[in-house]
Amino acid sequence: MQVTMTVNDVEVTREIEGRLLLVHFLRDVLSLTGTHWGCDTSNCGTCVVWLDGEPVKSCTVLAAMAGGHEVRTVEGLAKGGELDPIQEGFMQCHGLQCGFCTPGMLMTCRALLDKNPDPTDGEIREAISGQICRCTGYATIVRSVRWAAVHEAAVTQ
Amino acid sequence: MTTVQEPKFTNFDDNDQKPVGFGRMLRKEDPRFLRGRGRYTDDVQLPGMLHLAILRAPFAHARIVSVDTSAAEASPGVKLVVTGAMLAEKGLAWMPTLSNDVQAVLATDKVRFQGQEVAFVVADDRYAARDALELIDVEYDVLEPVVDARRALEAGAPLIRDDLTDKADNHVFDWETGDEAATEAVFANADVVVVEDIVYPRVHPAPMETCGAVADFDSIDGKLRLWSTTQAPHAHRTLYAIVAGIPEHKIQVIAPDIGGGFGNKVPIYPGYVCAIVGSILTGKPVKWMEDRSENLISTGFARDYIMRGEIAATRDGKILAIRTNVLADHGAFNGTAAPVKYPAGFFGVFTGSYDIEAAYCKMTAVYTNKAPGGVAYACSFRITEAVYLVERIVDCLAHELDMDPAELRLKNFIQPEQFPYETKTGWVYDSGDYEPTMRLAMDMAGYADLRREQAEKRARGELMGIGIAFFTEAVGAGPRKDMDILGLGMADGCELRIHPTGKAVVRLSVQTQGQGHETTFAQIIAEEIGIPPADIEVVHGDTDQTPFGLGTYGSRSTPVSGAAAALVARKVRDKAQLIASAMLEVSVADLDWAKGSFVVKGDPGKSVTIQDIAMRAHGAGDLPDGVEGGLEAQICYNPSNLTYPHGAYICVVDIDPGTAQVKVRRFIAVDDCGARINPMIIEGQVHGGLTDGVGMALMEMIAFDEDGNCLGASLMDYLIPTALEVPDWETGFTVTPSPHHPIGAKGVGESATVGSPPAIVNAVVDALKPFGVRHADMPLTPSRVWDAMRGQATPPI
Repeated sequence: MQVTMTVNDVEVTREIEGRLLLVHFLRDVLSLTGTHWGCDTSNCGTCVVWLDGEPVKSCTVLAAMAGGHEVRTVEGLAKGGELDPIQEGFMQCHGLQCGFCTPGMLMTCRALLDKNPDPTDGEIREAISGQICRCTGYATIVRSVRWAAVHEAAVTQ
Repeated sequence: MTTVQEPKFTNFDDNDQKPVGFGRMLRKEDPRFLRGRGRYTDDVQLPGMLHLAILRAPFAHARIVSVDTSAAEASPGVKLVVTGAMLAEKGLAWMPTLSNDVQAVLATDKVRFQGQEVAFVVADDRYAARDALELIDVEYDVLEPVVDARRALEAGAPLIRDDLTDKADNHVFDWETGDEAATEAVFANADVVVVEDIVYPRVHPAPMETCGAVADFDSIDGKLRLWSTTQAPHAHRTLYAIVAGIPEHKIQVIAPDIGGGFGNKVPIYPGYVCAIVGSILTGKPVKWMEDRSENLISTGFARDYIMRGEIAATRDGKILAIRTNVLADHGAFNGTAAPVKYPAGFFGVFTGSYDIEAAYCKMTAVYTNKAPGGVAYACSFRITEAVYLVERIVDCLAHELDMDPAELRLKNFIQPEQFPYETKTGWVYDSGDYEPTMRLAMDMAGYADLRREQAEKRARGELMGIGIAFFTEAVGAGPRKDMDILGLGMADGCELRIHPTGKAVVRLSVQTQGQGHETTFAQIIAEEIGIPPADIEVVHGDTDQTPFGLGTYGSRSTPVSGAAAALVARKVRDKAQLIASAMLEVSVADLDWAKGSFVVKGDPGKSVTIQDIAMRAHGAGDLPDGVEGGLEAQICYNPSNLTYPHGAYICVVDIDPGTAQVKVRRFIAVDDCGARINPMIIEGQVHGGLTDGVGMALMEMIAFDEDGNCLGASLMDYLIPTALEVPDWETGFTVTPSPHHPIGAKGVGESATVGSPPAIVNAVVDALKPFGVRHADMPLTPSRVWDAMRGQATPPI
């Protein structure tokens, strides 16, 4: 079947099998390998991308279901070569180690800040609780999101 | 020895400091990961690449009667189907393990654990390969499985390893350490003896990236390129040369970015060999990437020790002796990655941080119908089990003596003047100063206040527990005189080149899986030679580009390869000094090193920078007599001893008496890893390990049913902590440098994974003291804690 969707502001049309998962469409068909495949059961969150601005786990979304919709991946987070504040926050606060969960974490945390620009530590933990990081122990991810929140607030003022 | 408390994280102002040398520095590897530009094994896409999928055994123990691949071969997109019988014809059905056992690449005679590799398919894409697996028809004759290690040695137990000549039982090895008679003499005369049965259940490292490989064999030049998820690319290359018969210089193993290892990516798995065979047979690049279930059921597990701990002491709390008897479950093949002379890894450090009179351990290891492995999950070669045993049994003693567990530990520590300290099992601890570390943790925790709070809560019927663990690790394997893996000495090479413009490239034999080597090693070189870290490229993970070494596990990168980096930089600096003396027309002895330049003694205005020297070394004109051009060096570092980091951990838990749910409220971790290179990275390593500890203590277990079915085969069943299960970690540090390491560093990658489980379990057991509980085994899930509260604590296996 043919599917057309917008990925990181670019419209793409491809011939695919109906059963193809969105994560494999992004990775194997479009070569956008920033989105990762970690568990198949929606538990780990390394595959989180946005579907019309909402974080979804792309290992349990068919590529066909994204037809006609807007997808954004970690590759579409930086604007004009500049890191998004959430990316900068992860760097400043050591919110990543092996980097495998990072793209999914970034997409979830960016979406959180878009809805709630000043989240508490508890709200951040709740927001990322559908995702697993084996390296950081999460505290530095919480700090990273707070860094982005504080710095975005400073820019807005 | 200095004792300093880590500054509280209160502002971000210092984050962009980029020290020339040690200090908090942002990571060089981060920009690519943040942009989705990391390059992991599954990201490798080669022209014409095919995909491989593996058919796995549905039974734990079964004889293969027949395998029919005809339907699979006819499936759309399928290029190749390979069975064990086909591999046997090529002599490739079995491969050596890291413990000198053999393991089936594809089963030929029997399957010996659920999830074992039986056949593989190579097809145009990963979906087509999976489709074809469904069409392979295997007829099995199901046999009785051995799931319980205690059953393995019983008369009449099914024989698992009938492939081994003269093997009549399921026994793998016996091992002992310490002095049995001396220990028995101490026990016989002791005031107090405490005995406890303690199980460390089977768990799994479950890195976020599963295992996989891309094999690309070029039949014209005979060269094999293999991208794979390996923590030890050089060791793997040598083993592939031995297994596959491909000359070693024609094998290039590339470990690209690795999405977490934790020991899971040390062994060679059948899937890697299958990918190589697939590429040789099809003439195309072949990718194999396992899914999460395959990772959990078939790759390197951890622990699975059934231990009896015994401790002898005086009535006033002087520990005299520790004794243990261990039944070790090694699964169907002995795939333990431990130095050859150490079949139980470094379990011999079970005497912990205490100055005692005698110690003895007897261990028996058995085969069972479970996945192979054993040394993984940041375990420091079985020190995790050793530390858990000693720290649990010491708490049992405190319970028996009705003594405060902190006081009991302080009373028994090895004293600073006793170092280097030889333990009763023959390990020589390099340095340590335990009491300040313990005191700092107690101060940070507000220990006395916590005990007061606990007393008040107990009076109200609330369940609050305070748990302490004090660990000493042995890391940085190791001295080649007595440590090797399959005959390969555990030394590490390092090569440093300074380019004419003063930029540098350093080549390592170790491989990062997230530890930040590209940053830390640049800092080590920067500290020694004064070139900014930004000007130093760190190359690692490619056997064609780096010197030989045994890789990253057992917290060995900084103790071994880090030492190599410091020493190779000093070697380059020595040469630079010769050139500087010619440039400044003074003798070598008249030069001082000022991190980045040589300065003439007594004349600070006369100096040359390392960059000036680099240009001179490569430029025109004469160099001093006997000095060759260029500015580079290579070494191979053989450590004279292991390094022995230590730490004091305090955990505070609350248990809901109505649900038995354990909540870790606070966790204070004070680590002493010797000299500290990048405090930010060290803190990150500790945080990750503490989270592992919460997982193992409260949630994680690879369980099996009586038929040998793995009950932890997905992340829905194998529970890993999320951000909601862990507290905001509180960390501190002391610094006791290693005397034999060139920069005094000891390694920290596994400290927290080793030290945190006993602290958490001790806290839970402490909370359950009103119920008379002295011990309860991990994982302390609500149902298991509920049972313990009712006097019905049972071992998990």
